[in-house]
Amino acid sequence: MKQPSRNVARFVNWVEGEEVFPVPEEAERNQKPRKKKAPVKAKPASPEKEKRIFALVYDGISVVVCLTVILTLLVTVSWLPRFGGQDNPAENEVYIRYLEGELEEAGAINAVAGMILDYRAFDTLGESNVLFIAVCSVIILLRADRNRKTGALNIPELENRRALQPDDSIFRGSAALLVPIGILFGIYVILNGHLSAGGGFSGGAIIGASLILYANACGPEKFERAFTFRTYQWISFFALMTYTLLKTYSFYTGANHLESHIPLGTPGAILSSGLILPLNICVGLVVACTMYAFYSLFSKGGFGNGQ
Amino acid sequence: MNLVQNFPFFCIMLYLAGGVTCCVLTPKASRAVCIGLNLLVTALMAAALAFTVRSGESYVYLMGHFPAPWGNEIRIGPLETLMGTAFPLVMTLTLLGGMDHIFEDVEEDKINLYFTVVNLLMVSMLALVLTNDIFTGYVFVEINTIASCALVMLKYKSGKALVATTRYLIMSLLGSGLFLIGIIILYNITGHLLMEPMREKIHELYLSGNYAFPLTVTVGLFAVGLSLKSALWPFSAWLPDAHASATAASSGILSGLVIKSYMILLLKIFYRVLGMEVVLSTGVLNVLFVFGIGAMLFGSLHALQERDIKRMLAYSSVAQAGYIFAGFGLGTAEGVLAGCIQILVHAVTKPMLFSAAGGFMTVSGGSRQFSDLHGAGRRDILSGIAFTVGALSMIGIPLFAGFATKLVLTRASLATAGWKCVAALSAIVLSTVLNALYYIPAVALLFDKREAVHISGVKAQPSAVYVLSLTVFMALNFFVGLRSSLLTCILEAGLNVFS
Repeated sequence: MKQPSRNVARFVNWVEGEEVFPVPEEAERNQKPRKKKAPVKAKPASPEKEKRIFALVYDGISVVVCLTVILTLLVTVSWLPRFGGQDNPAENEVYIRYLEGELEEAGAINAVAGMILDYRAFDTLGESNVLFIAVCSVIILLRADRNRKTGALNIPELENRRALQPDDSIFRGSAALLVPIGILFGIYVILNGHLSAGGGFSGGAIIGASLILYANACGPEKFERAFTFRTYQWISFFALMTYTLLKTYSFYTGANHLESHIPLGTPGAILSSGLILPLNICVGLVVACTMYAFYSLFSKGGFGNGQ
Repeated sequence: MNLVQNFPFFCIMLYLAGGVTCCVLTPKASRAVCIGLNLLVTALMAAALAFTVRSGESYVYLMGHFPAPWGNEIRIGPLETLMGTAFPLVMTLTLLGGMDHIFEDVEEDKINLYFTVVNLLMVSMLALVLTNDIFTGYVFVEINTIASCALVMLKYKSGKALVATTRYLIMSLLGSGLFLIGIIILYNITGHLLMEPMREKIHELYLSGNYAFPLTVTVGLFAVGLSLKSALWPFSAWLPDAHASATAASSGILSGLVIKSYMILLLKIFYRVLGMEVVLSTGVLNVLFVFGIGAMLFGSLHALQERDIKRMLAYSSVAQAGYIFAGFGLGTAEGVLAGCIQILVHAVTKPMLFSAAGGFMTVSGGSRQFSDLHGAGRRDILSGIAFTVGALSMIGIPLFAGFATKLVLTRASLATAGWKCVAALSAIVLSTVLNALYYIPAVALLFDKREAVHISGVKAQPSAVYVLSLTVFMALNFFVGLRSSLLTCILEAGLNVFS
């Protein structure tokens, strides 16, 4: 294996979170070292000058391209129908049924919940998997590696970071006050998703924020006694699996024109609107875990590895 | 509704469930789940393919209880099921071919995530092929983008892979962004997201001349956005690094499948959303045609200069993608047919070449440089044979898969008149010569008797799955080469009911 060039090494260090010190003579672009140089013929211009001219032309072209795209898009926007206009093309039969038929067909007072979790549930299923794969990618990128020989985790500064945790009693006190309220409010938003504004995504975000606040105030160790990487994996697994199974049932009955045996209940009651409530809970779990996972992966040291 | 008609939907749900399941399993178990799932999906899609070919029609499958302008839908026809069968099959073989490398290149704790990513990548590709709703298309484009970047990144301690991923991510997100802006503009002027009502509305707009400017801009946005993601030549700068620095299986998946799914989506948008009439009136196909021709030539020229086997293969992918766009750009049914054939041909050939390249690297101390690969084909005879088959196929020798493309594309260009005919024919000839110019020396070098002295070359001990994968790949190659008329028939039937 070739030694990665200096720029590559710096970039990797940056990704891994090490400080990047300015390198004195940082002129070389990230050249492909493997490319064999042709025997140098007498060049008219010095390579430095050539590079400068190239950079100038390159910058010039990119500015022109960007401006053209911006201008085209602005002109396009001026051609579009006015926002909220009465006879816009978007004011058609689609939204009328979403708003008027929704209560009867999906049973949710919150029409948005009915729209995203019933009419267009496949999109939302995809969207929650976007969140899931985003966390997976961040785990792949940032989760501490294991040393191949010793099997130990490569977290050099983990201990330092945890030692730096400020012992701030005001912060801890207010967190102790706010976190339970935040989590309760998040649960309320999720459970009421089909009745009022809110739902899985917003409620999950509130719970996630509360968890982050708690982890910040009380230190990650305390938190990781209850919530480790494994916990995260299993919660995501159960939430997404339930979501997938429930929706498989509902899509299957829908496509085959079978009767779905899920009762819609009385609109307005907490146990109503068919699958929307359980789906909201699943989405809420995934979003809350995702928020916390992002926080703990991006703050150095990563997830607790209690396994 | 027949049970068979449900199969494509089952496949999507199976992959979604498989993705989250692999996340909690051990590496070996997740491997079993992933491979098993891919085989199962291949079988299910093959059954659906048989059904659609027999009925010769396509049908719409509701994702939920609500019909067209309200609920989500997928649409299943011969073209979709053929691609849907080919993709998991190639995926299985590619994974098997690169399995040893996966377990070597990826950290042990993250191997299960590799299979999670693969499952989600497959669901996104399947959904892009099947979707009948443009916004569903966008959602799965997102999954596809993140998953394919993760595949590049999943290599133990490789700085090059990180840099390549970053570049890939930026270019890919730019493509997604343009695509999303296109969808927003279209929704604004049509008020629909499902493909059928959208196309009716666009047809009305086209006839009445309302919103002509936004419509033209949208066509451009879709074309640029999706060709960025499928590495059409001037936008392909990200491809060589991303595809070359990944592990063998990832390279094969990205080159063979991922860029193809966007091409199919683009085709779908042209045919089923915008309508060919609108697309032809904007002349965007001419631009794609010119870029496709450019890709055929410049991709090969770059490959010719490359001294690194995987980068050479990656540049060859740029050139081969050019054939697909040149076919689409002809603007005729034959041209599109040629493009679709090339999608399949390249999908069964390039992963095999990448797997073989992985085999050579194993017996040459992990080096990818040609200078170290002298005689690698003699040390690993099976990879050598597979590479030769792949090379001959890419050049377009009769009996091999690549010949099918050349034949159909030549026929298609002869059927068009004017400059496109001349340009396409000369590009095919030139590109064939160029392909031969870099593939044949590569094969010769791999079978060179003088082995590279400074490399501690070892004799290959290929695992059973590796042998199986390459053998099936070669068989597939011959099958496509010899029975291309069968594929042509299915694709023609598929394209007839596509629009």
